[in-house]
Amino acid sequence: MKLEQQVRASRVAGFSAAVQFILQVFHYIVPYHWVASRLARWGVKGQRLVVALPYLWLLLFFFIPFLIVLKISFSLTQLSMPPYQPLVQWTGEQLNQLRLNINPGNFQYLWQDSLYLDAFLNSIKVAGIATLITLLIGYPMAYAIARSSVQWRGVLMMMVILPFWTSFLLRVYAWIGILKNNGLLNNFLLWLGVIDEPMVMLQTNFAVYLGIVYSYLPFMIMPLYATLEKMDLTLLEAAKDLGCRPLRAFLTITVPLSMPGIVAGCMLVFIPAVGEFVIPSLLGPSDSLMIGKVLWTEFFNNRDWPVASAVAIALLLVLVVPMVCFQRAQARTAEAGEA
Amino acid sequence: MTVFFRPHSLLVKLVWMTLAVLLSACSKKEAAPAQSAASATVVTAVTDDEKVLNVYNWSDYIADDTVKNFEAKYGVKVNYDVFDSNELVETKMLAGSSGYDIVVPSSQFMERQVKAGVFAKLDKSLLTNIGNLDPATLKQVAMYDPGNEHAIPYMWSTDGIGYNVDKVKKLIPDAPLDSWALIFDPKYAAKLKDCGISILDAPSDIRSIVLIYLGKDPNSQNPEDLKLAEAQLMKIRPYVRKINSSQYIEDLANGDLCVALGYNGDVLQARDRAFEAKNGINIAYVIPKEGSIVTIDTMVIPADAKHPKNAHLFMNYLMEPEVAAANSNKVNYANGNTASEAFLNESVKNDPAVYPTAEIKAKLTPELSVADDYNRLLTRTWTRFQTGK
Repeated sequence: MKLEQQVRASRVAGFSAAVQFILQVFHYIVPYHWVASRLARWGVKGQRLVVALPYLWLLLFFFIPFLIVLKISFSLTQLSMPPYQPLVQWTGEQLNQLRLNINPGNFQYLWQDSLYLDAFLNSIKVAGIATLITLLIGYPMAYAIARSSVQWRGVLMMMVILPFWTSFLLRVYAWIGILKNNGLLNNFLLWLGVIDEPMVMLQTNFAVYLGIVYSYLPFMIMPLYATLEKMDLTLLEAAKDLGCRPLRAFLTITVPLSMPGIVAGCMLVFIPAVGEFVIPSLLGPSDSLMIGKVLWTEFFNNRDWPVASAVAIALLLVLVVPMVCFQRAQARTAEAGEA
Repeated sequence: MTVFFRPHSLLVKLVWMTLAVLLSACSKKEAAPAQSAASATVVTAVTDDEKVLNVYNWSDYIADDTVKNFEAKYGVKVNYDVFDSNELVETKMLAGSSGYDIVVPSSQFMERQVKAGVFAKLDKSLLTNIGNLDPATLKQVAMYDPGNEHAIPYMWSTDGIGYNVDKVKKLIPDAPLDSWALIFDPKYAAKLKDCGISILDAPSDIRSIVLIYLGKDPNSQNPEDLKLAEAQLMKIRPYVRKINSSQYIEDLANGDLCVALGYNGDVLQARDRAFEAKNGINIAYVIPKEGSIVTIDTMVIPADAKHPKNAHLFMNYLMEPEVAAANSNKVNYANGNTASEAFLNESVKNDPAVYPTAEIKAKLTPELSVADDYNRLLTRTWTRFQTGK
């Protein structure tokens, strides 16, 4: 017994020593102090430094790629490597012989052909319906988790997050095996005698909704759980004392208080679902017109990077502009409420 | 100012040294198995310093042990990656820095890519087995790559109809099994709808085939002809279940599909898989009497390949008669390798689905590349066909 304890203790000590060593190594490889001192020289330190980091992240991994895509969207295709014309061309030795190849025609093109608008609208419809279903399924789940006992909450949340340990692509592929004519679900229903002939489920819109709801459900549950868990339950008690029925109390107290969670969850589901490519192409019918598929076609079949980039920029504008407006409106009402 | 980061302190040096030792140990470990595996029978050959080769080939397009045998023979580690559409390859090639050393595009795509300057010129002195190839096939490839400077033929395929013999005969007793009408005539397509029709997701192939069915020039770039083809395709759209270029192998083999417009080798692989699974499904392939298109897939080396010598070595290996025959025996595609014929299985060599009869061969047209404007028109037409609108 004593020996076992000793062994365990030495293992723990060894483990912590190893962790400390790794931390020290990182400490010396990444010159934190050097970076910090440089930033301090420019007047960035403390709180500002912490705030600057996410901005730096956005700059590097969102804004600069966005500029590259924007640049390509104003270009023209040509058979070369990469397959578009450079935006700036030196036609001679001197700087004044610089030529700008800016071509806004790609955006006009999106208007001329109804394909793009149809695809946008259909994607928004599919994503909207899928988001609504996800909310209807996710809300009761998040509610139940938030109201369960403390020791269960961790376990239940773990179970929500656990599927992320498997690749997203594999999980969508698994649905093919479940839904196909010869698949698990059909064979099970045939065995039960519920149906006589296999139901066609794969390559239908039903499969697309199922795939999106299944894949994005955790993104809905997590923010909802976060708001519902923090809710002050005495408010519900007060409502009950004053003779309010449970349903009414839920609608007038719980739902408004969980609004930030609902909005965050819906956005986390809706935004990626609009541009979703993998789920409709693996589970959906050939005739589903989604903007992700259109983008793919522009890029791979037409080899037209500029038009593909224009589609991407348009998609971004269609999604981001209303969202910024919404955020502003929310911030304004929040301010009004405080004042 | 305080110096926070002292690059010359003892601890920093120690850390860097440890890291260096660890890294070198790791890289040695990786290299070791390949060498030990090869040490027994290693053949001296011209290779790059780094004994690695990154291959990008069509899915289901090589025998199971070809790569393994090559690795053992030359001690070169092969990373084998697959694709199922020419468009995907072209985009990766035009983007550059694909990381691949050998790629296998179809010739009409290879033609465009050569023009874009994507591929390196071949060093023929390293390709000693080139004499094994059929001069006629090389000449055909030269239509796309003048002088055979960049590309070597790998295998060639035809487009045709793969069908579930029993199910089709049961649904349509007088089915025209030797004609494109089976798919393109709405009368027959409607009857096959529930059983399942699949069509290749290859706009240019399908355009050419519909034009053949309509009695037009398969390589026509006339927009009017394209409209006619679209009208014909739209008539059968409600009856088509899938538009996909790889899924139909499995679907045919397990009975999820009745009819597939596909590549000959893929259909024959489906036939073999069904036979191996003993599920009672009987698959056949036919090149319709109206004629069809023939596609030669070619091996090329990207200009920015990091292991060009290994790539030449692999190309040369694939041209060895036994190796080429083993690949054809497995995947049921014809190779343009005359010397390999002695090693082909009788069942493959005499199968008109793999090596068509002279009569059918005369009706096969090579597909040519199309202009950019026409390509956009074609893609747009294809999207309308896919969505049925």
